[in-house]
Amino acid sequence: MSTYLPPGLPRPVPQPDGLDAPYWEGAQRGELRVQRCRACRAWQWGPEWICHACLSLDPGWETIEGRGAIYSWERSWHPVHPALKDAGPYVVVLVELPHAGNIRMIGNLLGDPRQDVVIGAPVEAVFEHHADPTYTLVQWRRT
Amino acid sequence: MRTLRGRVAVAGIGETTYYRHGKSPDAEFTLALKAILRACEDAGISPRDVDGFASYSNDRNDPSRLAAALGIRELRFANMQWGGGGGGGAAAVGNAAAAVATGMADCVVVFRALAQGQFARFGLGGQTATVSGEQAFTFPYGMISPGQRYAMRAMRFLHDHGIGRDPLRAIALASYQHAQTNPRAVMHGRPLTAEMYDASRWIVEPFRLFDCCLENDGAAALLLVPAERARDLRSRPVYVLGVAQGSEHRNGAPVHNAPLYATSSFTTVAPHLYEMAGVTPGDVDVVQSYENFTGGVLMSLVEHGLFSAEDATEVCTLDNLLAPKGRLPLNTSGGNLAECYMHGLELQLEAVRQLRGESTSQVPDAEVSMVCAGPMVTPVSSVIFGAESTV
Repeated sequence: MSTYLPPGLPRPVPQPDGLDAPYWEGAQRGELRVQRCRACRAWQWGPEWICHACLSLDPGWETIEGRGAIYSWERSWHPVHPALKDAGPYVVVLVELPHAGNIRMIGNLLGDPRQDVVIGAPVEAVFEHHADPTYTLVQWRRT
Repeated sequence: MRTLRGRVAVAGIGETTYYRHGKSPDAEFTLALKAILRACEDAGISPRDVDGFASYSNDRNDPSRLAAALGIRELRFANMQWGGGGGGGAAAVGNAAAAVATGMADCVVVFRALAQGQFARFGLGGQTATVSGEQAFTFPYGMISPGQRYAMRAMRFLHDHGIGRDPLRAIALASYQHAQTNPRAVMHGRPLTAEMYDASRWIVEPFRLFDCCLENDGAAALLLVPAERARDLRSRPVYVLGVAQGSEHRNGAPVHNAPLYATSSFTTVAPHLYEMAGVTPGDVDVVQSYENFTGGVLMSLVEHGLFSAEDATEVCTLDNLLAPKGRLPLNTSGGNLAECYMHGLELQLEAVRQLRGESTSQVPDAEVSMVCAGPMVTPVSSVIFGAESTV
């Protein structure tokens, strides 16, 4: 199984209080799940126990289409972690999702790490599955 | 109007030798003690008369331990500014000043001590097998260090305003040039040229090596007392004119979801600052602006109204940033880039020195001196100091 970054980086685990469990469980099934308030229908990301728009304590979850546009980006060269020692450069993008209230997500931009990155360019989600133990990262590629 | 203006003064400043990270021969607690003792000496105040401590960014040197070690008579104020790392520097001064102005304490030390050799370095991160919470949404993608966290914001700001490398280079060169006249500076005797800057390696685009702060060991401290008491003490008093902290609406929304994203977090803070200080951006004679990364300095200067983003390339030039003759003298001790990464508290000391006329890159007749602490974090904070003529 090939992954964008080499193995050895910290592995994501759901919060002990369960706040973000729907996201991580959905990702393993290839579903992109984010919060959407059951009361006022406002979108929210990252997850919180309350809806920031109407203060409902019951922000629900919704599965959305994994597409968006690059809002900002960076190309990392300096290895800040031992696992990245020979990995650079690599690209991290901040993706805005217009169909989900313009919430934003962080991921890697797949493909040539030295590619020109254009703010506003359309991207789609790619589910990067990791084994042993299993977890899934949501990555992005140009469309 | 409720205000701190003119009610509290910095009576003393002190710092240790500044070391490269891991090179301090002293324990971190000793560094804190030395800086505090020097600030007391500078003011001509007995350390036993200190009655409060304020710091930020979870400084490890607990006020009760300091109080016991120094044998102070009575502890009346122990304060920690939450969050924001170096963004707490001016807020700590403000918190201390508020305690003094309201009679909760009479003589409060603001301090910060770091020995990154004894403890973890800031520039390395993610040394755990698992992450959860907000880190789970960034660390696995290799977005781990402060530089990686804030490059994303700065990139969007530069994009929004069509700004290239020139202002960032000027900010880095100004700090290094000022450090060459400052014997305290870790980079004293190590000048930086434009060619060296341009040839330096990328850390994380848009930041090159010289866009990033140092990591150092050392400690610094300021002593705050009521304004009327400061006039009878050894050093020339420098008055707190205004202070403000905070950030915009939902600045801390998780995973880079702040509604106003391309901000150094000062857009709401700066107006409160100027209102309390009773000055305008045009009145500010000299600025110390926290350099975690040069991009954040640029954003801070814009958000404090010193120039517009559209004018940045024209105004934020090396000539304009240099003391004594520049239009906007910036980071006149060398700051976090070239004096010492004392988590920005060295900037507070330098702002005081400018109003005493004691800087190694003195701005002639400086009367109003500003410090912007911690761009792009939340909360951030800023303070404006004034000379006797302003109160």
